[in-house]
Amino acid sequence: MEKKSDVVIIGAGINGCALAYELAKRGKKVIVCEKNYIAYGATGRCGAGIRQQWASKENALLAKKSIEIFEKLGEELGYDIGLRQGGYLIAIHTEEEMKQAKRNVKMQNSIGIPSRIISPEEIKEIASILDPNGMEAIAATFCPTDGHANPFKTTYAYANAAKKLGAKIYKFTEVKGIKVEDGKVKRVITDKGEIETKFVVNAAGAWSKEIAKMVGIEMPNKPIRKEALVTEPLKKMFECMVISFKHGIYFSQQEEGQILGGIPSPEEKIGYYTQPTFSFLKHMAYMLGKYAPPLKHVRILRQWTGFYDVTPDALPILGKTSIEGFIQCNGFSGHGFMVAPMVARLLAQLICQEKLDMSIDKLSMERFKGKITKEKAIVG
Amino acid sequence: MHVKIVCRCEDITEEDIIKTIEEHGCSTLAELKQLLRLGMGHCQGRTCIILAAKILAKKTGKSLEEIMPSFRPPIIPVEIGLIGGKNGKEI
Repeated sequence: MEKKSDVVIIGAGINGCALAYELAKRGKKVIVCEKNYIAYGATGRCGAGIRQQWASKENALLAKKSIEIFEKLGEELGYDIGLRQGGYLIAIHTEEEMKQAKRNVKMQNSIGIPSRIISPEEIKEIASILDPNGMEAIAATFCPTDGHANPFKTTYAYANAAKKLGAKIYKFTEVKGIKVEDGKVKRVITDKGEIETKFVVNAAGAWSKEIAKMVGIEMPNKPIRKEALVTEPLKKMFECMVISFKHGIYFSQQEEGQILGGIPSPEEKIGYYTQPTFSFLKHMAYMLGKYAPPLKHVRILRQWTGFYDVTPDALPILGKTSIEGFIQCNGFSGHGFMVAPMVARLLAQLICQEKLDMSIDKLSMERFKGKITKEKAIVG
Repeated sequence: MHVKIVCRCEDITEEDIIKTIEEHGCSTLAELKQLLRLGMGHCQGRTCIILAAKILAKKTGKSLEEIMPSFRPPIIPVEIGLIGGKNGKEI
C-alpha cells in the first residue's frame, strides 16, 4: 500500500471512481479505499436511470451537465458505458401534480432541458405497452434526452481510466479512522495501513455518516433500504423509463431486454437492513400489472436490496466542511449515479483550486442550519 | 477448438472467466457478475454458479464456502400476474 497521496477517496462507487478519474486527469495522486469491491453499494444496485426532470434547479443542472458528459464519456474514457437515451416519462395523476409539472417543465426549459407535457394518447404513442387508465394518469411529462447507462460498465470505465492515469484503487480495504490535527486532515487509517494526505473525500454512500463521525462531523443522512426486481429478457418493447412520484414506481427495459424496476416497499425502514421482502415483490407486481398489463405474463427472475443515502431535502451534500481537507460527496438520496459525472468534475475543480463550472455553495451541510426546501421530484 | 461454456444463459466460457479474474483482480462472484453478467440470465446461476465458484477458488486460493453467494428470492421465476393481485386488488 502506498503511504502518501494528494487525495484519499473513501468509496469506489460511481462518484468515488469518477472523482478519482477527474483528479488523476488533473495530475493529482489519488487513492480510493473501498471496503468491498467496485460498485458494491448503491451504484451496483441502482435503477441506472439518468433524469434531468427535477423540481429543484440544483438537481436539474447537475443532471443536465452530467448528461452532456455522459454523451461523450465512452469516447473520453475509452470504454463503452451502455448509454441509451430513450427518455423519461413521468406520470401526472392529479390537477395539483399538473401545476407542479408545469412549474418543473418551465424551469427545466429555461436551462435548456427539452421536457414537455404530453397527453394520455401520447403516452400510448411513446410506449404502447402502457395503460394510462391503469396508471391513473391524466397526462405525463416527457424528456427525450433522459435515459439510462450501465452502472457497472460506467463505474469500471471510470475506474480503469483513473488507474491508467496512475490512481490506485484498493478493494477490500476498510477505513478505520481519520487523523485530524489542528483542524486539518492528516492521515487515513485503514486495516491495510496508513496513508498521509491533505484531502479526504467522503464518498461512502449509505455509510458516509459513519465516515463523517471519524472526524467528529454529525450528518443528518439516513440509510434507507430500497428494493428492485428484474424480469426475464424480452424483445424490445419500449425505450423510456416510466416513473410516478405519487406511486413511487419506476421501471424500464434494459439493454438485454429485461424489465428492471422498483417501488417503495410497504415495509420500508431506516437502517442497514438487507433482507428482500415479499411485500415489495407483490406490491411491485401489482403496480406493474396496472401500468403495463402485458407484463402480467412476464416472469420475475430476481429481487435485491440496496441503500439510499437520504438527506432531509433529498439533495446531495457536496464540498468543504469545518475540517480542512475533509470533502463531502454523498447524500445523493437515490440519484447519485445520474449526477456523478458533473459532481466529480466540480469536486475535482474544488480540490485543485480551479474555478467551478457551477456553484455548489447551496449543497454544503451549512444549509441544514436554516429552513430547507425539499426536492419534490423524488421516486423509488 | 474446444470451448468450455460455464454460464449457458449469458454464453460465458471458462476462458472469459479466467481472463476477467486476471485482468481485474476479481476475488468474488459478485465482481464476475458485474463484469460478465455471470449468473444473471434465466437460470439465475442455478447451473453455472458452482462451476464459476470452483474456477474462482482455484485462481484465488479461497475456499468454496468463502466464495458461494447468498441466495435471493424468488427461488424460481414467478409470473407478475400470479403474485400481482386478483380482480384488480393486491394480494
